Amino acid sequence: MNTQRYSSLLSRSRLFGLVGGMLSLWAAAVLPAQAQDAEQSQIERGEYLARAGDCVACHITEGGKPFAGGLAFELPFGTLYSPNITPDKETGIGDWSDDDFVNAMQKGVGKDGKHYYPAFPYTSYTLMPREDILAIKAYLFSLEPVHQPNRDNDIGFPFNQRWGMMFWNWMFNDNERFKPDPEQSAEWNRGAYLVEGLGHCGECHTPRNLFQARDSSKALAGAEIQGWKAWNITSDDEHGIGAWPDEALASYLSAGHAEGYGVAGGPMAEVVNHSLRFLTPEDINAMVVYLKSVEPQSEGIKRPPLKQLEASVPQQTDHPLGRKLFADTCVSCHSWDGNGRQTPYAALKGLRTVHDPEALNLIQILLDGDALHTANGNYVMPSFGEAYSNEELAELSNFVLEHFGEVEGQLDAKTVEERRQAP
Amino acid sequence: MNKNSSAPVSPERRRMLKASGVALGGLLIATWLPPMVPKSFAIQRLEEEPEDHELQPPTALGAFLRVGHNGHITLISPKIEMGQGVQTGFAMMIAEELEVPLSQVSVAEAPPNPELYSDSILNFQATGGSASTRSNWEPLREAAAAARIMLIQAAANQWQVSAADCRAENGQVIGPGDRRLGYGEVVAAAAELTVPENVPLKKPEDFKIIGKPAQRLDTPSKVDGSAKFTIDLHVPGMKIASARACPVVGGTLVAVDESRARAVPGVVEVIKLDNAVAVIGDHMWAAIKGLEALEESVEWDFGAHGGIDQAQIEQALRDAFERDGAIANDVGDIDKALDGAESKIEAEYEMPFLAHSPLEPMTCVAQVRADACELWVGTQAPVFARQAAAKASGMPAEKVIIHNQWIGGAFGRRLETDFITQATAIAKQVDYPIKLVWTREEDTTHDLYRPHYIDRFAAALDADGMPIGWSQTIVGASVLARFAPDAVPPNGLDSDAVENSANPLYPLSNLRVRYVPEAPKAILNSWWRGVGPLHGAYVVESFVDELAYAAKQDPVDYRLKLLGDQHPRAQAVLRLAAEKANWRQPLPDGRGRGVAVQEVFGSYLATVVELQIDANNGVRIKRLICVADCGIVTNPTSVHSQLEGGTLFGLSAALYNEITVKNGRVEQSNYNDYRQLRISDAPPVEVFVVPSTEAPGGIGEAGTAMIAPALMNAMHAATGKRFRRLPLARAGFHVI
Amino acid sequence: MLTLTINDVDLEVDVPDDMPLLWVLRDVLGMTGTKYGCGIAQCGVCTVHMNGNAVRSCVLPVSEAAGNKITTIEAIGKTALGKRVQQAWLEHEVVQCGYCQSGQIMAAVALLEKVPDVDDADIDLGMAGNMCRCCTYTRIRGAIKSVAKA
Ligand code: FES
Ligand code: FES
Repeated sequence: MNTQRYSSLLSRSRLFGLVGGMLSLWAAAVLPAQAQDAEQSQIERGEYLARAGDCVACHITEGGKPFAGGLAFELPFGTLYSPNITPDKETGIGDWSDDDFVNAMQKGVGKDGKHYYPAFPYTSYTLMPREDILAIKAYLFSLEPVHQPNRDNDIGFPFNQRWGMMFWNWMFNDNERFKPDPEQSAEWNRGAYLVEGLGHCGECHTPRNLFQARDSSKALAGAEIQGWKAWNITSDDEHGIGAWPDEALASYLSAGHAEGYGVAGGPMAEVVNHSLRFLTPEDINAMVVYLKSVEPQSEGIKRPPLKQLEASVPQQTDHPLGRKLFADTCVSCHSWDGNGRQTPYAALKGLRTVHDPEALNLIQILLDGDALHTANGNYVMPSFGEAYSNEELAELSNFVLEHFGEVEGQLDAKTVEERRQAP
Repeated sequence: MNKNSSAPVSPERRRMLKASGVALGGLLIATWLPPMVPKSFAIQRLEEEPEDHELQPPTALGAFLRVGHNGHITLISPKIEMGQGVQTGFAMMIAEELEVPLSQVSVAEAPPNPELYSDSILNFQATGGSASTRSNWEPLREAAAAARIMLIQAAANQWQVSAADCRAENGQVIGPGDRRLGYGEVVAAAAELTVPENVPLKKPEDFKIIGKPAQRLDTPSKVDGSAKFTIDLHVPGMKIASARACPVVGGTLVAVDESRARAVPGVVEVIKLDNAVAVIGDHMWAAIKGLEALEESVEWDFGAHGGIDQAQIEQALRDAFERDGAIANDVGDIDKALDGAESKIEAEYEMPFLAHSPLEPMTCVAQVRADACELWVGTQAPVFARQAAAKASGMPAEKVIIHNQWIGGAFGRRLETDFITQATAIAKQVDYPIKLVWTREEDTTHDLYRPHYIDRFAAALDADGMPIGWSQTIVGASVLARFAPDAVPPNGLDSDAVENSANPLYPLSNLRVRYVPEAPKAILNSWWRGVGPLHGAYVVESFVDELAYAAKQDPVDYRLKLLGDQHPRAQAVLRLAAEKANWRQPLPDGRGRGVAVQEVFGSYLATVVELQIDANNGVRIKRLICVADCGIVTNPTSVHSQLEGGTLFGLSAALYNEITVKNGRVEQSNYNDYRQLRISDAPPVEVFVVPSTEAPGGIGEAGTAMIAPALMNAMHAATGKRFRRLPLARAGFHVI
Repeated sequence: MLTLTINDVDLEVDVPDDMPLLWVLRDVLGMTGTKYGCGIAQCGVCTVHMNGNAVRSCVLPVSEAAGNKITTIEAIGKTALGKRVQQAWLEHEVVQCGYCQSGQIMAAVALLEKVPDVDDADIDLGMAGNMCRCCTYTRIRGAIKSVAKA
């Protein structure tokens, strides 16, 4: 039953990639542009690349216009706001030259000569060749200009001294384009380019050092970001994605879901929503091939063993209040056996989220809810932060960890309150 | 469209019919109503010929009841069924006086007609205020008794015997020598007779049906899915609409990119209204997806209230205490009493905005044709519904046909007509009927909410801790001023806002009650189950409890002492509640009992909560006892059900519910953040009804009004702390 | 075109894959016993059975329902247990407005199917997903227990 569901899900997401309305983009990105007007083709390619680079995720605010910027980044040293990158001449990038744009993407230097902070992932984008960058520019310039002045960053000394970034760049930005590894397949190289460059996966999944630069010795070993755990996505069998079947990983990337392995939540759900679900199956598979080859790191939370749970109420629990709340509000979707009642998207078994004693992602999702847009519709997890108390959410989390994971949750009201207060 | 059902009654015809009616107790019973009154199953019937006997003219005997040629009785119910069991209660009253078995009665909904169907307590045609049984107890029985007399007379005439030698039994007239004629056989002749006046009613000891538990007439169809609520109706050619109104009250629609919705499969039309955008689809899913697709492109002008936050609203309410307001009652000299008092006690209570959140969201079927505007909608106020539709369609009221429908929960929400106006406005723009269905999110964010009240008390106490008097100031929106401005005197005194406060149950020689109306910005207020007493009972019973504890006296004894020789019915329910709750039995630490007693909606209630608190703010309600004296009881089952359900409905709000505003918008949207009581939270409710021969009191909202004070008083008993602001969850407690 | 098996009848529907079964039942097939209350699996009024298990049709994409055996309130009375539960509902006069009761009955039948001898705790945990705004909980509990005992 479940395997059946699982494969039908996969085939659906594949199918979607082919016929689900993305055909033109797919053609633009993969096929040579003979039949198409060159400019149009460059714009379409740019749109695809902009999606692959998930530009919109940062250059938009809730309820705001795409690419008009304004999103706040609360960093340890202050708050940054993403700029307007629509072609508005006054407030956007309308009067930027090609070189201006390429410099920004590869060197992290703006038109005004100021250095960006690496919240803008130019240390990843730098791997992109000029023609890809210019395709993105062509796409951005094809959009309606939005007049929206940029917000000033709110950063204290000494971090507001942008020249300091020169030194940082010298240390941490290689400013080198992606060089294919001739030893590896074309697919691997495409995957590496997408993962390391455009997709900038390491920006979240690689831990940072004291200087807020990615620690290259721990590439993709998992990190904490914005109060979420970006899991270890190296090829380690236990801690990473090494043991995931290729199809599972492909499904996760393209549809945000791989039953028994993972469901994209929080920032990762946004990456799927805005970016990954639009990628071609070829590109997704290339990423799979590359990720499977990333040097294993044994860090972080292991995937929990797949428990055989009954579809009925567990009689024994150390967390009866949590069990009550699960029955009240969770079991309708997730089911006592963790298989997902209406859809495998709601399956909890095998997720690292229910095996993390800190319950970092679990509590985030409980507090804020989540939404995953897939080819088969939207899957929404409502937020429970508003109407449920800290005690309740702590006990609910402890129950989930006990029942679906194999860890002893020690969450209490205080921890939940801290998570609420965290920026 | 079926000719019978869609044909409106012409005004002349109605006048003519009325003229032939005879007034009886202020109500017309002999007015023959044409068969335009559909049952709740209207829609399915419309597609067929009405083979129904009860719909055949001209066999009707009154505004309230009609006798078919086959003897079947149809009650034309002036009240809509929304779960309170009212139609079964009415049918029982009719069956009792008419001498027919209950199974021989079916129910149809009354059309809007204020002359015939206005409620004598509410003064308009509406279902609410726990007034239905109270206001219809006599008129309905009189109508049935008159009909019985006429039927007997007709049979007697036919047999040429004296009516005094005949009697009615089991739907038949029985004459000398055991001659029998069914009602259906004599109804035509009976309809020609003059309606008798001063009809004697049966004595309670002769009741065969009233007072015995009866199964509700509407429930079989509600357990097999065949019952139709408005949301279930289908009229030929109908499409489904859903709407999104500006999230801020008073805001307007500026622009929307319709193309995005039109691209959604199944979407038929995008309709722009002044303050909303609606998507019409082949099915609700298309309408929902269409609205989602529009989301990003909708531009609103938020108007004046786009920046209003909850804190501002609450500050404005607090500021209102500085204003004079209206004096609701002033007895003795409370200032002097406070000055010279042995001691004084002051307290402030606060109750939040509440959404109604019935499980059936707002929904209305509407069709605007050249000749008529026809609506199928579950409404508590059919006349207002007709007015709203007339206004929105631009048609005269007599061209508006309202088919009232069973309601999937109302709690006061369906006294309002905003969604009816919206449905009509949408229907006006298309040439087919539409069914407007709100999403839950729309329903939660576009309700008209129970007012947020703040009450301040100051009591002057004598040496024994008994009050010499108190002053009370109430601040909150006046629902009446918005809903029926004519009902409010020039000084702004809203009788609803001061219920149970202006004339407290407890006799006080010095009392001043002041009401300061303060309508919050960015939020509209309306009736909410329990209405005035919900507020009044909470604050008065909380304050009296505080006084009892301050006097170091038992809360039950203190109340009895305060009542003195007043309100024996209140004393009786209080005593019985204490007895049932084992009130005198001491409780271990961490446990507590709280009590409340009041007269609400003409009934006397005492509610006791016993609860236990654990170390982590977990609350377990161990017992919940509700004792009522609601006068004579028609259907004991319904009374028990209403007290159980009503009490838990109030508990749900007292535990969890609060609507708050941010940037002019309601922050809650669905049941994840507007949490409701579940079976796992619900203690069993122990209901005891005191036998009584008094006139019936209201029951639908009575239990709801009593639970919050009992709960909060129990919290004090268990913790030693007073929690004066609802809901309890605000203080960090949860149910275990 | 999807084939749905509803109350033992195969029905072909031409609807988007992501359309929740609820709206297919109500607006396409005209089976309105299954209600809409929240659309986010929080209230339970949309409960139907899929292969005997209670599911929330408001969040069940019709494509997930295809190929499975769906039972709705319209047909639950054809099973012995369903009939008994409906009967108990009437005997205990559970219903108030009635809007939630299709879902309550579907949930109760699924619960009793799995746990024939339910106690209070089973009812709490098994029925908590089904809200009743009229708060008929006391009687729901009584009705379920009466079926369990019988
Ligand atoms: S409508 Fe499906 S659970 Fe509420
Ligand atoms: S009976 Fe009305 S919602 Fe349950």
